[in-house]
Amino acid sequence: MDADIFLILLQDGVVNGAIYALLALSLVLVFAVTRVIFIPQGEFVAFGALSYATLDLGRTPRSIWLLLALGAAATVCGLWTQRRTLNRTALAMLLSETAVFPLAVAGLVLWLAPLKLGVAVEAILALAIVTPMGLLIYRVAFQPLAEASVLVLLIAAVGVHLALVGLGLVFFGPEGSRATAFSSANFTLGPLSVPGQALWILGFTALLIVGLYLFFGFTLHGKALRATAVNRLGARLVGIPTADAGRIAFGLAGFIGALSGVLIAPLTTVYYDSGFLIGLKGFVAAIVGGLVSYPIAATAAIAVGCVESFASFWASAFKEVIVFSVIVPVLLWLSLRSGAPAEEE
Amino acid sequence: MIRIRAFAVIAALLTFAATALAAEPVRIGVTIAQTGPAASLGIPQRNTIALFPDTIAGEKVEWIVLDDGSDATKAVANMRKLIDESKVDVIVGSSITPASLAMIDVAAEQKIPMITLAASAKLIEPVEGSRKWVFKAPQSDSLMADAIADYMAKAGVKSVAFIGFNDAYGDGWLTEATRALGAKEIKLVDTERYARTDTSVTGQVLKAMAAKPDAILIAASGTPAALPQKTLKERGYTGTIYQTHGVANADFLRVGGKDVEGTILPAGPVLVAAQLPESNPIKKVALDYVQRYEAKYGAGSMATFGAHAQDAELMLAAAIPVALKTAQPGTPEFRVALRNALEGIHDVVLTHGISNMSPTDHSGLDTRARVMVTIKDGSWVLLP
Repeated sequence: MDADIFLILLQDGVVNGAIYALLALSLVLVFAVTRVIFIPQGEFVAFGALSYATLDLGRTPRSIWLLLALGAAATVCGLWTQRRTLNRTALAMLLSETAVFPLAVAGLVLWLAPLKLGVAVEAILALAIVTPMGLLIYRVAFQPLAEASVLVLLIAAVGVHLALVGLGLVFFGPEGSRATAFSSANFTLGPLSVPGQALWILGFTALLIVGLYLFFGFTLHGKALRATAVNRLGARLVGIPTADAGRIAFGLAGFIGALSGVLIAPLTTVYYDSGFLIGLKGFVAAIVGGLVSYPIAATAAIAVGCVESFASFWASAFKEVIVFSVIVPVLLWLSLRSGAPAEEE
Repeated sequence: MIRIRAFAVIAALLTFAATALAAEPVRIGVTIAQTGPAASLGIPQRNTIALFPDTIAGEKVEWIVLDDGSDATKAVANMRKLIDESKVDVIVGSSITPASLAMIDVAAEQKIPMITLAASAKLIEPVEGSRKWVFKAPQSDSLMADAIADYMAKAGVKSVAFIGFNDAYGDGWLTEATRALGAKEIKLVDTERYARTDTSVTGQVLKAMAAKPDAILIAASGTPAALPQKTLKERGYTGTIYQTHGVANADFLRVGGKDVEGTILPAGPVLVAAQLPESNPIKKVALDYVQRYEAKYGAGSMATFGAHAQDAELMLAAAIPVALKTAQPGTPEFRVALRNALEGIHDVVLTHGISNMSPTDHSGLDTRARVMVTIKDGSWVLLP
């Protein structure tokens, strides 16, 4: 192995790691706020990527029907849970979120998809389809269970994951897709040839990390999320609506997943079931950060990407084994450091 | 009076039962991978089965199709369900080797013939014990590997790097390619593996290129096979790239785009049916299938994997009339007769080849079941 190969592998690892970092951040965020280990995170990546690729071909992605169905289900759920407290403002809020917005997005997609307006519009449409799914899934599947134990929430997450994978097969078919890159530019840097798309990925990851930092540090909503994460009951006592916090967290998760999908769709072929493995690698990184620390999770994600890249060079047959084994010493260290395992509340 | 009426009712019931017995259809149970990792094989197979008429050689047949999700445990459960509840006479499936391997013992235990749609030669070789009940529609990997090795030897290739799936498909091909290339004294200089849903294969590609092979063989199926090839082009690889017959569907061309131009692969003749010479008896059968399939599912939708299901039907169409001479459908005797009839298939033209079964060969296909194909201007072109 010479320096050239080392650099190329490092580049590959960092770019993949950036995607894992986005997912790890989102997993940490969702877990901290709602205690849900959000296994379907990867499905948003696949849905985002495949919706984008379908739009890229000038066709209407069938995921809009899922968005509408989820919207309808969330409307029913919302009306039922709020049946005693519903007034005109609350009803308008609920309907604008669960019915008007999905319908508007679907209408827009049906109108704009055949026009092929270029990658920017297509990317935004793909984001608009998938982002509200996160929020609506929270309303349908997790909000009614918000007080349940971590285990129950995990099982619900597995259920959502299985349902989404099956729907992905129905919507997008068994074969994969690729999309056009944001820019066809290619930069040569010594032995490295850096595709423009890789820079977009790194740029968006950095932007998102800074954005999340500002959001949590300096906005009221962000602080409310942090308060909910630290102590759910306490947050409620001081008047923070914890259900809203959950919705924001899931909406962000949907957005980050969809964005990751749109970013990787031009670099690799994405399948309806690709998301799980990508999400799992983000999860490894999130675990390294103890499911609480954003900077550690992001750094660990880059490391996971690099381990993967080098493992595929040296021992490609054992690549996944090596990547997922990384988690073992970390878990050992975490459990040794914290002494006896903490009891579930 | 009442007694007479009861008697009439019983008589009527008996007549009804007798007619029902006479009209007992041949039941064919199918378990295929309509979902899961092998869905790209199972879905065209399911579409193909939907095209079948409900009679074979004038005899009523009933197709019962279940999805096994590419999972061996589910495939076995489906098979038992088909046998116990639907009382099927023959099993078709599954789409992939691991699931089919698990089904063999059930076939022998229940004494029911089974036609697998998976490719590995392990399923039927040697024909003894449980495998006496198993027949195979697709070409064996060994047949295809020999075709590649022959072609490489003619093209003057001396060294090859292998990039394959990290699963049963890749394992099967690695074994067969090692044997076939060894026989032609072509060196296998590097072996790399990757997973179907991998997002990057840069590491594998760099390692393979560092070994400086004359050609690279990619053993993968469907659109995932395009990823290593695209990465190879991206990294400036200029040698010839060989693929396997696992990529023979339109989606591979769609995802591969211009990066897969010039790829060489072995395939069943059905892939280039229209380009076969008129003298080839396979042409008529294969073209007929392609036209029926594309009339229903759109032009260019045909995948060679679906044609394996058609071949299973053609085999049954040849065997069922023979078996009916000795036994009635729904009986254990019929299953045995059907097994014997399948083993006696002689010169039956399929979409993928011409089948000649024997007590020692339950694949029945020979070199007529493969052609070499290249990709030119985004479509499959038959190589002479």
